[in-house]
Amino acid sequence: MQRVALINSGCANIASVRYALLRQGVEVDVTADPKRITSADKVIFPGVGSFDYALEAVEKSGVVEAMRGLTQPTMGICLGMQMLAQASAEGQKPGLGLIKGQAQRFDDAPGRSVPHMGWNQLEPCGDDPLLRGVEAGAYVYFVHSYYLPPSPNTIARCDYGQPFTAALRQDNFWGCQFHPELSANVGAKILSNFLAL
Amino acid sequence: MLSRRIIPCLDVADGKVVKGVQFKNHEIVGEIVDLAQRYVEEGADELVFYHITASADGETVNLDWVDAVAQRLDIPFCVAGGIRSVADAAARLEAGADKISINSPALENPDFIDEMVAAFGSQCVVIGIDSLEVDGRYQVKQYTGRPDKMQDSRRDTLTWAKEAVERGAGEIVLNCMNQDGVRQGYDIAQLAAVRQAVSVPLIASGGAGTMAHFKDVFEQADVDGAIAASVFHKKIIDIPELKVWLRDQGLAMRI
Repeated sequence: MQRVALINSGCANIASVRYALLRQGVEVDVTADPKRITSADKVIFPGVGSFDYALEAVEKSGVVEAMRGLTQPTMGICLGMQMLAQASAEGQKPGLGLIKGQAQRFDDAPGRSVPHMGWNQLEPCGDDPLLRGVEAGAYVYFVHSYYLPPSPNTIARCDYGQPFTAALRQDNFWGCQFHPELSANVGAKILSNFLAL
Repeated sequence: MLSRRIIPCLDVADGKVVKGVQFKNHEIVGEIVDLAQRYVEEGADELVFYHITASADGETVNLDWVDAVAQRLDIPFCVAGGIRSVADAAARLEAGADKISINSPALENPDFIDEMVAAFGSQCVVIGIDSLEVDGRYQVKQYTGRPDKMQDSRRDTLTWAKEAVERGAGEIVLNCMNQDGVRQGYDIAQLAAVRQAVSVPLIASGGAGTMAHFKDVFEQADVDGAIAASVFHKKIIDIPELKVWLRDQGLAMRI
C-alpha cells in the first residue's frame, strides 16, 4: 500500500483531506517530520489560514527544506498551492518558489462576492494525467480570496469574472486551487489520478 | 460559472435529525449520518447541521457525529449551535467540519466574530441570523432553538448583517422566521435587502415549498444558495429533479 504524507502544519481542518485519502485506500501519514515526508510515495501539502501564518508554521518544523528536495509527485491544495508559488499579495513572506507565479487578490467587483466560495467549473487545458477523465465544465469546490493568474503551467482554468488557475503543474509539483477532498465524485477522480501518478 | 447552491439543512437535537414548524414542536426525522449520505448521493452542494437547542441549553455541537459525518461526506458541511469559543470551533474544524456558523454567541459578544476570523479566516466563519419581521421592520432574534428562551436581540437585521461582514464574516445565512417551515416561499424582499447591504455570499433559509420558490429566490434576491429542510426530508421536492429544472430555467447548477 502506498504511503501518502499529509503535511500537518498545525492548522485546523486537515480531517477532510485525510478522510478523502483514506476512502481511496491509501495509508495516510499526517506528519511534519522531514524524514517521513521525504520517504513518502506521494506528498500532499494542504493549506488553511493565512499565507504568512501558514508559512511560519512549516518553516519552524524543517518542512520547507524537505519540500525543496522532493522528487515524488507532490500536490498543494488551495493555500498550499499558493505557498508553493513565489509570493502572495496576502503576505510579506516569500513563498517556497517551487512553482512560478504570484498570488493576487480578487478585487471586489459588482456582482462578485469575495471570497469566491462554492462550486465552479474546470476548463482543462492540455492533457495532464491529474485531470484524466475530468470533463470540461466539471464542477469542483472553491473557497479562496487569492488566486494565481493563468500561466504556461496552468492545466485547468476557472472563471470568476476573470480567468484564473484552477490547477497547475511544474515538474513533480501539482497544485489545485479548489478542494478535491470536498468536490464529490470529480474530486475523488482527481485524487485517484494523483495517487496513480 | 459559479453555481447556485442547494443546501439541505439538518436540525439536530439529542443526536437525531428533527424538524419543527416555526421552531416549535420538533419531530424526529432520521439518523444524522444516514440522511447526510442520502443528500450527498442526491447531489446536495453542501450540508448544514444545526444543533438547534444548543445555545439555549448551554450545550454545543457533538464531536462524535461531526467526525462520523466527515468520514463519509465528500462535500463541504457547516456546523452550528452553541459554539462560543475559538477552542470550541477549532475542535469541530479538526473533526472535519468545513465551516462554523455562529448565531447567538455572536450577538452576546460581537468581538467573537473577529476572534474567529483571526483564528480561521473569513471562509470558515458563517453568521447565522434569525430574523423576524415585526411591523415592517426586520429584527434579529436570539436563542431561537427553544421557544421559551427566545428573545429579541434589540438589533436591526440589516445593521447586524453589515456589522458581521465588517468584522470579517465570510458568509451570511439569513433565516426568515416568518417563513420558516410553512412552505410559502422565501422572503424575497428581506433577502434582497440584505443582498444589497452585504457583498459576501448570502444563503436564504426559511420558506421553501415548491421548486419555483428556489427559482424566485435565486433570480429575484440573487442569493448564492438556498437552504431547505422539510421539503427534502419528506421528499416533497426531489433534489436531482430540482437541480435539472433550475438549470433548464437558466440558472447555473452543478448536476
